[in-house]
Amino acid sequence: MITALGRKTVAAVQAIGRFGQFLGDTVRALPDLSIWIPLAITQMRRVGVDSLPVALFIAAFTGIVLALQASYTFTGAVPLYFVGTLVGKTMMLELGPVLAGLALAGRVGASMAAELGTMRVTEQVDALETLAYDPQSYLVIPRIVAGTTMFPVIVAFAIGVGITTGWLTSLGLLGLSTPDFLKGLKLFYVFKDVWFGLFKSATFGFTITLVGCVVGLGTRGGAEGVGLSTTRAVVYSAVLILVLDAFWAMTIL
Amino acid sequence: MIELKGVRKAFGEHVVLDDLTLTVRDRETLVVIGYSGTGKSVLLKHVVGLLQPDAGQVIVDGASVPDLDREALYGLRAQIGYVFQFAALFDSMTVAENVALGLRRRALGEDEIAERVSEALALVDLTGNDDKLPAELSGGMRKRVGIARAIALRPRYILYDEPTTGLDPVTSAVIDQLMVRTREHLGVTGIVVTHDMRSAYTVGDRIAMLYEGKIRQVGSVGEIQATQDPLVRQFIEGIPS
Repeated sequence: MITALGRKTVAAVQAIGRFGQFLGDTVRALPDLSIWIPLAITQMRRVGVDSLPVALFIAAFTGIVLALQASYTFTGAVPLYFVGTLVGKTMMLELGPVLAGLALAGRVGASMAAELGTMRVTEQVDALETLAYDPQSYLVIPRIVAGTTMFPVIVAFAIGVGITTGWLTSLGLLGLSTPDFLKGLKLFYVFKDVWFGLFKSATFGFTITLVGCVVGLGTRGGAEGVGLSTTRAVVYSAVLILVLDAFWAMTIL
Repeated sequence: MIELKGVRKAFGEHVVLDDLTLTVRDRETLVVIGYSGTGKSVLLKHVVGLLQPDAGQVIVDGASVPDLDREALYGLRAQIGYVFQFAALFDSMTVAENVALGLRRRALGEDEIAERVSEALALVDLTGNDDKLPAELSGGMRKRVGIARAIALRPRYILYDEPTTGLDPVTSAVIDQLMVRTREHLGVTGIVVTHDMRSAYTVGDRIAMLYEGKIRQVGSVGEIQATQDPLVRQFIEGIPS
């Protein structure tokens, strides 16, 4: 048992060391601007276009449910225009960034881990290196830059859609007027609601893409290894998003 | 010149290369033969710095590869063409884009890149396949694109990892001819890793057999064919133990 514990500890320390080395290599590759900037633009388009439908779909239904649940909770005790407050605050501060982040961990993180994992096991990553390309500047930095910059954009759209469906639900199903909904929406609004949500999404984007790259490039074995990496990327990203979410709430809110 | 001196490499507790010493002279093609899983590809990866030795030295052109900094290592890699066992073509790129990728790291104009791509594809008899994707090619064609990608760089060294494995005899012979033609056209120094003895005799100036992490025997094609070492004989004649 002590041997097993020792092995696990050594493996954990080695994993931390490898992660540190990965980050160091990535920072060292940052000056290769001519390589990663054009690729980052392609990745931004890919991350943005591919992720937007999923994020908007989730946000649309979240807005509807939020409005209905708020009305259900408030009935008889709290004025109904507070539906606008709850929909707005919750979408901006929490559900917009977190639900989109979790969905995109599956959509973007898994896809990156699978793509890079396949490249690793088919020696395409080695081939890049022999052609004098640094995989960090060719594969990793463009993806991390795309994730970090595009996630806030996607989440901004998701928040907008969530609030819109919440408003439409309030109009159609709850009998709330537009001025009342807007009154609630503006009631406790502060600019921090917006930047906090968007800042959080940027950190989620960074985390999801970093995890996708680390796990993908660390793939060993064949198809089974790629499958394992894909699952790992989603699980690690989802856990880290929830931990980060709590961390930012404790430190910034 | 490529020199490996006392190289040791282990993965976990499995020692793959054990005090391996080998020299590849300028402008020769050295064939490394050996059983599957004996570390032939591992040896090649040390030459380009894809793997670091646990002990010993890997010296290319007088420079110690494991000690090179990032820029110097990429500078050295620009002098080395590497042909991978399964070609390792980039799936999302066309044949021409695959061949051009390494050239884009150099200060070459688009016209010169296009010219070099055409020239390399012509040398491997793949003219007219520029716009195909790797998925549309046969195994032999993929290997030829891999060779074109390596020779387009006009390297000083070229490393072939199992270039004929998995190919039919006729396609294997085509690849062999291509390797000979490449050496004659470009005058490159080469290492060919293979367990295909027909290929080894065709393309090699010298042959080295890797066994249990060490070089068991190295010599000219004639010397290897006349060897009295029972282990080498068994391998080159394909006699089951």
